[in-house]
Amino acid sequence: MIRVALRGLAGRKLRASLTAFAIVLGVAMVSGTFVLTDTMNGAFDSIISQSYKNADVVVSGKTAFDTDTNGNAVQAPSFPETLLPKVRALPDVKAAAGSLTDNKTKLVGRDGKLVGGHGAPNLAFSVEPRSDQRFNPLVLTSGRWPSGAKEVAIDSGTAGNKHYKVGDTIGIQTRGPVQQFRVVGVVKLPGVSIGGATMSVFDIPTAQMLFHRQGRLDVIRVQAKSGVPTPKLLSEVRAILPSTVQARDVAAQEKRDKKTVNFTSFIQYFLLAFAGIALFVGSFVIANTLSITIAQRVREFATLRTLGATRRQILRAVVIEALVIGTLGSVTGLFLVLGLAKGLNALFKVLGFDLPTAATVFKERTVIVSLLVGIVITLLASLRPALRATRVPPIAAVREGAILPPGRFARLTPILSLITLVLGVLLLGYGVLGHGLSTANRLGSLGFGIVLLFFGVSANASRLVRPLASVLGWPATRIGGTAGVLARDNTMRNTKRTASTASALMIGLALVTFVAILGQGIRSSFESAVDDLLRSDYALTSTDTFTPLSVSDERALAKAPNVTAISGVRAGSARILGKTDNLTGVAPNMAQVIHLRWKQGSAAVPSQLGSDGAFVDHKYAKKNHLTIGSPINIETPSRDRFTVLVKGIFKLPNGGSPFGPVTISNANFDAHYPSPENEMVFVKVRGGVTDANTATLEHQVKGFADAKVQTASQFKTNFEKPLNKILILLYVLLLLSVIVSLFGIVNTLVLTVFERTREIGMLRAVGMTRRQTRSMIRHESVVTSLIGGALGMAVGFFLALLVTHALSSEGIVFAVPWLTLLGFVLATVVVGVIAAIFPARRAAGLNVLAALQYE
Amino acid sequence: MSETIAMPAVAAAEPAPTGPVVSAKDLTRRYGEGDTAVDALRGVSLEVPSGQLTAVMGPSGSGKSTLMHILAGLDQPTSGEVAIAGINISKLGDSDLTKLRRRHIGFIFQFFNLLPMLTAEENVLLPLSIAGEKPDPKWVMELLGRIGLTDRRAHRPAELSGGQQQRVAIGRALVSKPTIVFADEPTGNLDSTTSGEILELMRSSVDAYGQTTVMVTHEPRAAAIADRILFLDDGLIVKELGRSEAHDVISVMEELAGS
Ligand SMILES: Nc1ncnc2c1ncn2[C@@H]1O[C@H](COP(=O)(O)OP(=O)(O)O)[C@@H](O)[C@H]1O
Ligand SMILES: [Mg+2]
Repeated sequence: MIRVALRGLAGRKLRASLTAFAIVLGVAMVSGTFVLTDTMNGAFDSIISQSYKNADVVVSGKTAFDTDTNGNAVQAPSFPETLLPKVRALPDVKAAAGSLTDNKTKLVGRDGKLVGGHGAPNLAFSVEPRSDQRFNPLVLTSGRWPSGAKEVAIDSGTAGNKHYKVGDTIGIQTRGPVQQFRVVGVVKLPGVSIGGATMSVFDIPTAQMLFHRQGRLDVIRVQAKSGVPTPKLLSEVRAILPSTVQARDVAAQEKRDKKTVNFTSFIQYFLLAFAGIALFVGSFVIANTLSITIAQRVREFATLRTLGATRRQILRAVVIEALVIGTLGSVTGLFLVLGLAKGLNALFKVLGFDLPTAATVFKERTVIVSLLVGIVITLLASLRPALRATRVPPIAAVREGAILPPGRFARLTPILSLITLVLGVLLLGYGVLGHGLSTANRLGSLGFGIVLLFFGVSANASRLVRPLASVLGWPATRIGGTAGVLARDNTMRNTKRTASTASALMIGLALVTFVAILGQGIRSSFESAVDDLLRSDYALTSTDTFTPLSVSDERALAKAPNVTAISGVRAGSARILGKTDNLTGVAPNMAQVIHLRWKQGSAAVPSQLGSDGAFVDHKYAKKNHLTIGSPINIETPSRDRFTVLVKGIFKLPNGGSPFGPVTISNANFDAHYPSPENEMVFVKVRGGVTDANTATLEHQVKGFADAKVQTASQFKTNFEKPLNKILILLYVLLLLSVIVSLFGIVNTLVLTVFERTREIGMLRAVGMTRRQTRSMIRHESVVTSLIGGALGMAVGFFLALLVTHALSSEGIVFAVPWLTLLGFVLATVVVGVIAAIFPARRAAGLNVLAALQYE
Repeated sequence: MSETIAMPAVAAAEPAPTGPVVSAKDLTRRYGEGDTAVDALRGVSLEVPSGQLTAVMGPSGSGKSTLMHILAGLDQPTSGEVAIAGINISKLGDSDLTKLRRRHIGFIFQFFNLLPMLTAEENVLLPLSIAGEKPDPKWVMELLGRIGLTDRRAHRPAELSGGQQQRVAIGRALVSKPTIVFADEPTGNLDSTTSGEILELMRSSVDAYGQTTVMVTHEPRAAAIADRILFLDDGLIVKELGRSEAHDVISVMEELAGS
């Protein structure tokens, strides 16, 4: 029997490979995700361990917390450099070196623009040019180490991309205007590409000056004398440290550093979710394709039964087929993976997430998980068709036109499909609207709900095929004439088959529609929030809009003659009421540029914050039971603790607030943060937005390559850019599932053409041209995919309605991006046309005589 | 290959039991319900003796196929009982019926029903491989010789003519030495020369191996090779003949058509 199954599969190579293709992309996505994130992790691990080479103990300032709300590492406070000679003097220390690091020091190209950026870090290091570099992870590819003011070494990536060589001059910008430095060396981290990041290296006094850390160090690396155990050295070092400084052995230090790059696991889950969707769609395609092939082989199964095959043997034969198909698809997916991992990385790069990479990491786990996932999904999808195959009665061997018998519960199917649909909707409603659910419960009911919803819609879709096909098929009958009419009627012939083929596409379209509508809702609520809040003419932000700016930019802009009010919004992370959160600061004149609605207090609050006042949003106040006069304890990353009192509570604007939950005065902020930064700066000028005013402002910050003057409306659109990027990323990732469903349509059409060989031969014999044959198949394909599109958009609308309703308290409105949706309809037609290419060619290529003789 | 149904390995080689191989009592079969109901069989009783070729003759629509399906356990009678090799099959479940088929029944179909991806020899051996039995090479050689496909054993059905395909099907029906072989219009899809060859082959399998066979046909020429001919008309057995010539069969048929 196994041989029969395998031989059968070998005899249907085309059909088997078409089926296998349904999971190829999903599996490739799973393994591609693993390869990509493993490779990134490998790169980070190698960067981290290289940065402590030869060190046994690492000394650094203590922080109140390791990472900010975005998961980025916080800068540890520096300590006096006088600690270094003390460490060196310890009996068991062989060598010790101090260094500084900074992520605010940027390279500026000849065009006056920042090198790198787009969220990739700008790393700056110090070096001791005259030491033996035993602790230095960087190596020189040309030139020498910088020594003295105005000398810098830059990374080889920047040198290559921007054509800098030793002897050239390059701009350096840190807390102040751009300064020109001489490139004396080009460096790299051996074995690792740092992605979009840039590096600049200075000697220690220059670094201290640039980083505003005169006489201080960030890190001391210590190497033990040979034979000295690390714990011994560690306790020796610890004994002389002040209370604000800590020492860790290198293993502990690396472990801590690795915690700060855990965003790769977020990327991993994120991408795996899309792989899961592609596989889910793939399972629909497999189940459908297998159902059709099995229906076409009823006679064969029945014959096997008459020859003494048991039901179990039939089941086994089908499952073995699925196993082979699953293995085939999974292995192909694995082969595709290297390409896909590169593609994913390229996609991230295009969208501005250029991450470090090293040698491609292909772990055993990747192979095992990918194969397992692909095979198990295929087997699960094959179960229903396989069970139906076992129900083929032996007598079907002698009956003409025997069809696959209905399942044992066929009578219950309509009820069960309705129940599935209703259950899905209820679970979704519960997950979205239910109050006080734990995150796990909420996600669980959402996940289950959406899966049930898709199953439910797919199971009920066969009843919608006729009405949908007559409406959506109308253009086909107009355009295609007889071929179009036949095509439309063909889609209604086996409504179940059309429904399950369309259902695979439905899933992808439901998700893109949902994303598009939700995105539009977020966008319009953000826009109305900005329109409501913003009273300034201009805004100054970093060139990428989001990276905070040194306060020096604001000071420079304040000197512009046309400025009537300038108001910076400081931002930093802090431990507030025991939780890591964003702390913001405002100038006394804030009310002139931002209009808040006050629940308690008045527009005068920002000007009255002084050195101990704060205002909070009403949700935060409610959650933490804050009222006017409540104290709030704050601790900065460098463990500076202070308390402020609530002086005002404002209504959290729908569509987002420019502030963190707690806002203090800028003066107070600057007193507690060693290098304060503005998230954005709002400016009012005499005469409002004019070209002349814009030019004046731009001229004023010309020396600041990191800053960008924008009008209030430019500011609004720039702020939406990341949202648009995220939407594009989501569309591209969901496209994968759409492609999978496209294969589903190809499969169904190929099988249908095969099944209708005789009929197509007959049509050709009575005068249908090849061209008409092709057009008939194409229209059938387009009508099928339009049915999938219509179902998907309906589901997407429903999901978006549900979610926007739940988020309405956050100010998200239900807004439909009609143009985008029209684009999706066109895309659906394109999917149909593409899917038809191959099957239509096969149908048109049928030999009329052979087709008619075919038995 | 592991099997789900345990069977004594000697099953196929067991001698046919004494007494009738198949016996049917008062078989009726009604298709459909109410006004549109068709009574395909209206009370058929018969016994098929061992080692003989029994032909079931009758005009189209007389109920021949229905009778054969019920005798072979492919279909259930509306009333009446069937026993094969002394086993009452009316009450057997699916897995017992499967067991029975493996051990006692071979089929020859009008449309051959070969598996296209298997070679001629593999098709012939299929019942054994389904049952998880080892073929006896001598018997296989002998059988391939008898069906005249020794030199085409490696061909696929698509590479064989209709007659050759039906030879493969006959080999497949005989390979497990079943208690009884059922053939429904085995020549219905073949030209007359080829039909003659196939009929000869069927006759020779009865003569050489004592293979009990029931053949359904509406062709007098086919009935003429039988040891016994049952005439079916409108769901009833209306006449029985011993070995007869084709023209005798034709006159009985005309007689029936006239009445
Ligand atoms: N599956 C079926 N459903 C309904 N009627 C049937 C079915 N099979 C056969 N019949 C009817 O039963 C009668 C006997 O058919 P059949 O046994 O095929 O006759 P024969 O093989 O002698 O031509 C015919 O009237 C036929 O139409
Ligand atoms: Mg018949």
